[in-house]
Amino acid sequence: MKNIIKLLAAASLTLGVGLVNAKEIQLLNVSYDPTREFYQEVNKEFAAQWKQKTGDDLKIQASHGGSGKQARSVIDGLEADVVTLALAYDIDSISEKGKLLSPKWQARLPLNSTPYTSTIVFLVRTGNPKVIRDWGDLARPGVSVITPNPKTSGGARWNYLAAWAWAQKQYGGDETKTRAYLSKLFRNVPVLDTGARGSTTTFVNRRIGDVLIAWENEAQLAIEEAGGKGFQIVVPSLSIRAEPPVAVVDKVVDRRGTRKVAEAYLNFLYTAKGQQLAAKHHFRPALPNLVSPEELKAFPTLQLVTIDKDFGGWKKAQATHFADGGTFDLIYKNAR
Amino acid sequence: MKTSSFNLLHAWRNRGPLPGLGLTLGLSLTWLSLIVFIPLLALLIKAAGLGWQGWWQIITDERVLGAMKLSFGTALFAALANSIIGTLIAWVLVRYRFYGRAFIDALIDLPFALPTAVAGIALTAIYAGNGWIGQYLEQWGYKIAYAPAGIVIALIFIGLPFTVRTLQPVLENLHVEHEEAAASLGASRFTTLWRVVFPQILPAILTGFSLAFARGVGEYGSVIFIAGNLPYVSEIAPLLIVIKLDEFDYAGATVIATLMLASSFLILFLVNTLQRRLARGQAF
Repeated sequence: MKNIIKLLAAASLTLGVGLVNAKEIQLLNVSYDPTREFYQEVNKEFAAQWKQKTGDDLKIQASHGGSGKQARSVIDGLEADVVTLALAYDIDSISEKGKLLSPKWQARLPLNSTPYTSTIVFLVRTGNPKVIRDWGDLARPGVSVITPNPKTSGGARWNYLAAWAWAQKQYGGDETKTRAYLSKLFRNVPVLDTGARGSTTTFVNRRIGDVLIAWENEAQLAIEEAGGKGFQIVVPSLSIRAEPPVAVVDKVVDRRGTRKVAEAYLNFLYTAKGQQLAAKHHFRPALPNLVSPEELKAFPTLQLVTIDKDFGGWKKAQATHFADGGTFDLIYKNAR
Repeated sequence: MKTSSFNLLHAWRNRGPLPGLGLTLGLSLTWLSLIVFIPLLALLIKAAGLGWQGWWQIITDERVLGAMKLSFGTALFAALANSIIGTLIAWVLVRYRFYGRAFIDALIDLPFALPTAVAGIALTAIYAGNGWIGQYLEQWGYKIAYAPAGIVIALIFIGLPFTVRTLQPVLENLHVEHEEAAASLGASRFTTLWRVVFPQILPAILTGFSLAFARGVGEYGSVIFIAGNLPYVSEIAPLLIVIKLDEFDYAGATVIATLMLASSFLILFLVNTLQRRLARGQAF
């Protein structure tokens, strides 16, 4: 009997040592709505690399949802090692309200911590029956426009700001006229979904609306999923450079001891392989010289405004447009 | 001091015919505190932090009022519809024996089990302009999905089991002799139903109504898919709460939540009082 116990103890000890040798590490990436397919592939690729380099088994979990909601979950205690959200404002909130990472987080990684960008385009039905060419057409009577609610969706805020930027240019910076334009545009919106994926479903599966204002990657994915039939992309004369940034959550990685792997994970996005995967999933690579020109063909060049130069940064844009009583609220009040 | 309170408890305890009041009541209160009272108290404290002026501003906001009206209006309407249809379904299931009865009976519980988001997406797919039913309704000029009518449909779906299930046991225990007596005394079928059966099941109908109503007021998951979510038109109060949370306006969100809670409580309290009166009046 005693021998058996000894044997068991020895066996468990060796087993334990074995486990320590090949560690299993878990990493949680909290991301936004349309990055599902992209990070699925990134996670597989990076875990394989990490296993080769260190011998450790890496299990990366990804959580997806509306960007604002995801930020709130992290603030309320969801243990995210890294966050990869739709806009810098949401990561700022995690820093400001949750005190979970340094306020200077955006300077820590190259290119404003934005390894890939996107822009806002229009998805219309094949043949473009309502002849939609530019932002002005969205405010025409009889055109039905699908966009999510900027209050709940990060993507919708990019949509709104792109429309705002176009109108500002069109009306020579006249704010009253800009607002009137957006009022008309939103009067053409029959459904305000809470997230970007919801809007895509409304437009693609419910067949509601003549035009969907969408992330470029989401629009290209929708066409791909439909087998290239049924929809086409219209590129407007002017749009916005949508920058979905990434960051390591300091408090979480320091407590869990995962800083090294978390930083390597985000740096992987800046490697040739990471950039190619971004391009494959219809995100614009931030380092285009790492990607073959063939893969860049899918991204048309167009005039792009930026959040920092044209809107004075997210904090200001959020306060002016999307906070309680901001321009978005006024548009609905006046539209009645 | 100590002995007197002990004596009081002792005297109180002795009055009841069953032992164990102290233990069971203590457990009940502890449990209720942890699960119900403390979270509600936390809600109130958070909401109180805003002060009267902040409260007034939110409560009188047109958009908040619009959302509240929509949430309570659609929930009332759906609960009313469920009370009528639910009574009919319960009656059919209890009183008649037919092929497939057990299957339909099991079907009734489905809205309980189905994730509400699934229900919302399925209903939207059917009632949207290109859906199975929606396409015909659209031809006649009725818009269900992405309109307040869609909210009512979703709430009827999720509220149905409440009315059917509260009514079934009452109908099963109904004495057929009463109806036979009424009939043998010359009452018409309608009179029997209206004067003999209906008064006996009315309290249960009211209970089902209040359950379905309470469920409908707070429903979020299924409604956001079918409502359209347009401010002032089809934006429900729970969505406004989520919007406030996304703006990190926790206090504002709790104010709307408290307002909904207070209104629901008031309506439920009234219905329950009415129900108790009716039940009492019935015990001949």
